[in-house]
Amino acid sequence: MAWTRKILRINLTQGSCSSEALNMEWAAQYLGQRGLASKYLVSEIDPKVDPLSPENKIIYATGPLTGTMASTGGRYSVVTKGPLTGVIACSNSGGFFGAELKFAGWDMIIVEGRSPTPVYLHIENDLAELLPADDLWGSTVWSTEATLKKRHQDPLLRVSSIGRAGENQVLFAAIVNDLHRAAGRSGVGAVMGSKNLKAIAVRGTRGVGNIADAKAFMAAATAGKKVLAENAVTGQGLPTYGTQVLMNVINEMGALPTRNHRDVEFEGARKISAEAMHEKRATDGRAHLVANQACFGCTIACGRISRIDETHFSVETKPEYWGASGGLEYEAAWALGSANGVDDLEALQFANLLCNEDGMDPISFGATVGAVMELYDLGILSKEEIGLEVPFGSAEALCKLAEMTARGEGFGKILGQGSKRLCAKYGKPELSMTVKGQEFPAYDGRALQGMGLAYATSNRGACHLRGYMVSSEVFGIPVKTDPRETTGKPEMLKAFQDATAVVDSSGLCVFTTFAWTMNDIQPQIQAACEGDWSQDALLQMGERIWNLERDFNLAAGITGKDDTLPPRLLNEPCKTGGSKGMVAEIGKMLPEYYSLRGWTPEGVPTAATRSRLGL
Amino acid sequence: MPMPITLKLYAFLSDYLPAEARRSNAVVLDVPDQTTVAALIATWALPPRLVHLVLLNGEFIPPQARAERALIAGDVLAIWPPIAGG
Repeated sequence: MAWTRKILRINLTQGSCSSEALNMEWAAQYLGQRGLASKYLVSEIDPKVDPLSPENKIIYATGPLTGTMASTGGRYSVVTKGPLTGVIACSNSGGFFGAELKFAGWDMIIVEGRSPTPVYLHIENDLAELLPADDLWGSTVWSTEATLKKRHQDPLLRVSSIGRAGENQVLFAAIVNDLHRAAGRSGVGAVMGSKNLKAIAVRGTRGVGNIADAKAFMAAATAGKKVLAENAVTGQGLPTYGTQVLMNVINEMGALPTRNHRDVEFEGARKISAEAMHEKRATDGRAHLVANQACFGCTIACGRISRIDETHFSVETKPEYWGASGGLEYEAAWALGSANGVDDLEALQFANLLCNEDGMDPISFGATVGAVMELYDLGILSKEEIGLEVPFGSAEALCKLAEMTARGEGFGKILGQGSKRLCAKYGKPELSMTVKGQEFPAYDGRALQGMGLAYATSNRGACHLRGYMVSSEVFGIPVKTDPRETTGKPEMLKAFQDATAVVDSSGLCVFTTFAWTMNDIQPQIQAACEGDWSQDALLQMGERIWNLERDFNLAAGITGKDDTLPPRLLNEPCKTGGSKGMVAEIGKMLPEYYSLRGWTPEGVPTAATRSRLGL
Repeated sequence: MPMPITLKLYAFLSDYLPAEARRSNAVVLDVPDQTTVAALIATWALPPRLVHLVLLNGEFIPPQARAERALIAGDVLAIWPPIAGG
């Protein structure tokens, strides 16, 4: 088996660290990472718990393939009840932290309670200790990582931490590891902050050697890498252009949400695209993009490392930002750019750097700025209330608001509550571009009908990573479908959602599925893990995970009425482009989706469905 | 009668644009009446393996329809190699 079979349980109230055996009966049903951590969470907390109270728990979980030789096998997930959404939160991160945790001999860490004073968790193989973090409180992610490596005299220490946003309970605060990889969504960083837990620093030296059938695993992993290398998307497109290649594609389709979803085409899209990142700047003759970067074990290497223009207004007096650093990825570039009408690539990079440095989800931050700009445009928010002018398109406003939000200054405290609460506060809840309290990512649910259904039904609120229908509706992977069509989308979405839950529970990256099918993934899991991991068993497990999450969310208080989209997407047709005239046709798809899921017309899993899935 | 259309080439296909057009990824062309999508792609000698996502005014044109679909004045034809992201 590829599990270490060990859980590290941290009780912050008591200040205790203890080791316990992994529940292998659950591992056989939920594999690891997202699935297994969700099983532990729903078994240990009251679904109605206040997410920022000591009664909530937060789990850092690896998958059985994390730390192995499988390509992209470096993922870990953070699972908790999300403060932004009030439903289950599961945020997935790459980098090197997850593999290091596995090397130290732990499948997952369960953190409970609340420390009376700031602490950080230090792990060195079997040794786990809570250490004072008073001196780290108030510092950024980047500063925290540097300080801990120096303090422990170990440059190979891997650190996962929060910045000031998490400390200040920004509801979309992220947990950041390896400087610019993040468990970004749903406010998991605010939960960590509520517990006075600043960081987890881990060093493992044991590797992952306990593979069920090592020879078969090596063969399957090698075959998988060959598929990735020979595929045009994972072997060439993503390494060269990264996810940012989508900016012009989605814009050309009339599916790029712009100015808080008022428009679906952005006139400045080209200026903030992957193609622009490759070009030499007029100011210094350098390209924005420096290199691509891979997470642990990844043979795709989609990550972007960029260098900001030193003469740009945002950093001209701040040399600490002049070095190469992470960004821009597509979702962040969209949220910071198109969502606000900002076409200044360097300003987007600066705001992105601040999100990484102080631990904020750039999607939710940028999308909330879009709501602020619309409220300002309508005269509902004033310069006096915000402290500055914030018209759509203002790069200066974007940069200033990023600083204010990360540091909890002035209006930044209100912005840090996210779009839903902000729009409600100012009497315009309909202007919040959210589902279940979480802001949309970078695809308009009117232009891509399947994606609209994916947003409405996602178990963690609006999200592209729970069922990436864009893959079919735009890229043609695995098959091309018409983005304007609703027929067949519920069935395809269910298949995407269940398969994604499998990948998210394995330790692998979902980007592999641009090239891999279950025919490539299943042999790797089967060889690594004891037990029956046939494709049928895996896909049923994915369905089990989806229903487990749904049951938790229903118990937390949501109903089928929450499986919807903002009125703007349901009632205001796209104004231009290939999607002109379209609205999101959720009502045509949701009943069929519920039926395919084995749920009642109200969206509740039936007793027969629960029984079939062993829930 | 020649008619104006806009051709946009992205990602690896940017290299097939004239140097002065690469910063916009777009070039305005005069093409003969009844020129089809497939004929224009052939004229530009774009490698078939790089002609993957073909959008005409934002609408996907499947491979089997490209030889029949005639361009009209003002059309915007945008082409990408195999790409994905998220």
